[in-house]
Amino acid sequence: MTTDEQLASSDVEALRRLRWSCRRGMLELDLLLEAFLKHGFVKLDARGRETFERLLDYPDTTLLQLLMGQMQSSDRDVAHVVEFIRQTARHPS
Amino acid sequence: MGVTVRKFDALIIGAGGAGLRAALQLANAEASVAVVSKVFPTRSHTVAAQGGVNAALANVLPDSWHWHMYDTVKGSDWLGDQDAIEYMCRAAPKVVYELEHFGVPFSRLDNGNIYQRAFGGQSQHFGKEQAARTCAAADRTGHAILHSLYQQNIRAKTHFFDEYFAVDLLKDEEGYVLGALAFEILTGEPIVIEAKTTLLATGGVGQLFRTCTNALINTGDGMSMALRAGIPLQDMEFFQFHPTGIAGRGMLITEGARGEGGYLLNADGERFMERYAPNAKDLASRDVVSRAIYTEVKEGRGCGPEKDYVLLQLTHLGRDKIMQRLPGIRETCITFLGLDPIDHPIPIYPTAHYTMGGIPTNRFGQVVVPVKDTPEDPVPGLYAAGEAACVSVHGANRLGGNSLLDILVFGRAAANHIIDVLEHNRYHRPLHQPAVDAALERFHRWDRKGDGEHVDQLRQELRKVMEAHCGVFRTEEVMAEGVAKVKAIAERVKDAVLRDHSKVFNTARVEAMELENLVDCALATVQSALGRKESRGAHSRIDYPDRDDTHWLKHTLYFKHSDSLDYKPVRTKPMTVESFPPKVRVY
Repeated sequence: MTTDEQLASSDVEALRRLRWSCRRGMLELDLLLEAFLKHGFVKLDARGRETFERLLDYPDTTLLQLLMGQMQSSDRDVAHVVEFIRQTARHPS
Repeated sequence: MGVTVRKFDALIIGAGGAGLRAALQLANAEASVAVVSKVFPTRSHTVAAQGGVNAALANVLPDSWHWHMYDTVKGSDWLGDQDAIEYMCRAAPKVVYELEHFGVPFSRLDNGNIYQRAFGGQSQHFGKEQAARTCAAADRTGHAILHSLYQQNIRAKTHFFDEYFAVDLLKDEEGYVLGALAFEILTGEPIVIEAKTTLLATGGVGQLFRTCTNALINTGDGMSMALRAGIPLQDMEFFQFHPTGIAGRGMLITEGARGEGGYLLNADGERFMERYAPNAKDLASRDVVSRAIYTEVKEGRGCGPEKDYVLLQLTHLGRDKIMQRLPGIRETCITFLGLDPIDHPIPIYPTAHYTMGGIPTNRFGQVVVPVKDTPEDPVPGLYAAGEAACVSVHGANRLGGNSLLDILVFGRAAANHIIDVLEHNRYHRPLHQPAVDAALERFHRWDRKGDGEHVDQLRQELRKVMEAHCGVFRTEEVMAEGVAKVKAIAERVKDAVLRDHSKVFNTARVEAMELENLVDCALATVQSALGRKESRGAHSRIDYPDRDDTHWLKHTLYFKHSDSLDYKPVRTKPMTVESFPPKVRVY
């Protein structure tokens, strides 16, 4: 089941806002974030979702380095969500 | 309830490097400037430019703007306009020093001067020794430029309409452009932004092709707005492809992978490049490798369940070499494919990268159209810059390091011309209500309910058609079929509907309007490519393999309303120096 299908209607609006925040200047980020929003986001708890939103405020180049494994975050919550996004990219379903 | 109206001296649509450079110049000249951007400005595609910006600073090796000009004319396969190229190469050092002043952290030499690296196509003494002309801020030059310009614009009080989508230009009966209709993605509410001058800086249209390096936002929005306003697109047949993109994803695998000894395989395990280029093999030129991959797939020797890609073999290089020399490629493969190239070959297909064509402009950034016997009459009030525009400095093929230069030089030049215009035009012209009504009608078309095809399905289909019929393998037959298929999709788009009609953050509506823009650009591209019966630069035809200067040293113009082509001469006369006449282009 995808994120769209699992969320309550009240959350759908927030999800659409997040989806637009996942539109970035780099194809690599578009693909990673879009796949995660579709297949992984719903599996995050409230804290994870808040962390994901925080992650979307990072500049594109920083976000890319984190998601490509070129940089590690010292923030454990961020590091956890980053790893989850990377796993989702490899195994989307 | 009426539509909200806001008024500015200048409206800039698009917040990449070209738009932000122009906005800054205008805001510093005390003009009131609005920038409309469908995403947050620092998420524009300029951020992805890693290479750098060319300028003949001569910090590392001897250099001159004139050598830079020669390289650019040659790189363009003589289709570039030599007045614009001279202007750009002369202005390059100044725009780089301006960037330094704005805070871009360029990489440095030990003596403190800006470091410059050597790129392909750069020469000293008009085609002799290698030059070193590219200034870079490590491998994040685009990011550094975009962030510096954004911060400078905030300081200069540029007004940003973040996450607003531009629908259509507003023109009056005399042909003056009066601004644009846009809508706020958050609320779904339309807004009229009136402006004495409007600049289109919306970037390229790489999303035309299924496999591309471009971000999802690169949907040719400004190009399509121009087409709908009766303005032609120029030289759209010239699209830069890289032979080795990750199949189905698009990201580049650099030529370095083949340079280190990697080779391509088809489904039979054959090193097929030996048949296409017996000497150079896998290191043949980009267009040869791209066409060979296409041919293998088309003739049924592709790999995978759909037989739609070939493989790049690196496993024989061994772990140490891959880890040391190609670590970025390995990370990309692990992240996006879940496979390690130390153990498995990489699925590969040619990937679309850069739009050389676009909205025709002169070197002042004014949008120009043919009127009676005049090939380039300015459209009053309208400008374009960057990848959305065709000025034309890249002609049939862009050189590395010249795209960031293009956006900076011509963003700035357009702003300077606008500043002059504003001095002589203190008042807004009256808003032309029929233009607003027409734009609103197009906006509200997506409120229609009922049965119909879905936008996403049509977008994917269009991108597949463009890849198959206007990609790297171009013949009369293949492209004629492409025209018919794109037209059929265009008809189906007219009946498409949204499943979700809510107003707040309805991104489906944005994607639907992006699809309309893509379809317009697709037809412009495939018609222009079908029309040009020669091979030049990035436009490579099997049935017309040679460059033909006698008949084709001219720019293509595609008009949407008549679905027709016209041509105009290349400006071969530079501003102050002698012309570079066409020669055989060899490196």
